[in-house]
Amino acid sequence: MEALKLTTPSDREIAMTRVFDAPRKLVFDAHTKPDLVRQWLLGPPGWSMPVCEMDVRVGGKYRWVWRHDRDGTTMGMGGVYREIVKPERLVVTERFDEAWYPGEALNTLVLVEQGGRTTLTQTMRYESREARDAVLKSGMESGVKASYDRLADLLASPSQATR
Amino acid sequence: MNTASLDATFAALADPTRRAILARLASGQASVTELAEPFAMSQPAISKHLKVLERAGLVSRGRDAQRRPRRLEAKRLGEATRWLERYRRLWEGNYRRLDALLEQLKTKETKWKP
Repeated sequence: MEALKLTTPSDREIAMTRVFDAPRKLVFDAHTKPDLVRQWLLGPPGWSMPVCEMDVRVGGKYRWVWRHDRDGTTMGMGGVYREIVKPERLVVTERFDEAWYPGEALNTLVLVEQGGRTTLTQTMRYESREARDAVLKSGMESGVKASYDRLADLLASPSQATR
Repeated sequence: MNTASLDATFAALADPTRRAILARLASGQASVTELAEPFAMSQPAISKHLKVLERAGLVSRGRDAQRRPRRLEAKRLGEATRWLERYRRLWEGNYRRLDALLEQLKTKETKWKP
């Protein structure tokens, strides 16, 4: 399995990078065709995606709803397509029905293909640092405000910090 | 781990010198003198940083009464970074499913366009 790299390029962003062993056309399809999206974008185990509506054109809307199969809890979100450059770039807004972070996010997907493999970079930009941090520590109690941007790097390579 | 102590942990981690001290301790315990060496800093200054790290539960003192070596409390550091792991795991799960889906799509494409 390829490694998922998680970074914080600025204090309002989270970026994920991951390599896929497939041409980017297919990776792009998997992000823009509802029948494909609902097969993988499920989150933690036990959730399914009963609603997956996507009007993939600039200004078009998308609407996703997940449902916890056992207790019936639902979680919905949606947004608007801002930029579509097939098969390399997709920019969409994101807003959850029940706001667990303040405001809206702007998600930029960039696909770079080399030798039949695709490097995916998904950058999520939030309206504030507080919103970004809320996403990062989702699942934890709130109240953490200190800077921990470089923490992940520190843990990944302990020797770096002393240089 | 409660919120107050988590705050203390992240506050302790917010300082570059303290992160460097933790990085040093990740490779083994060390005395205050040894820890002060790589930094252009007095021992009292290092001791002050160590006190913050100790209060945050990230560093503890070893048994040797003479050297009083400090050591990393890796478990605590792990707790503090669990949120990041959770987020990573969520997406690793999604992307593993995407891997499988892409394999199917590749097979289909070859069948359709031999």
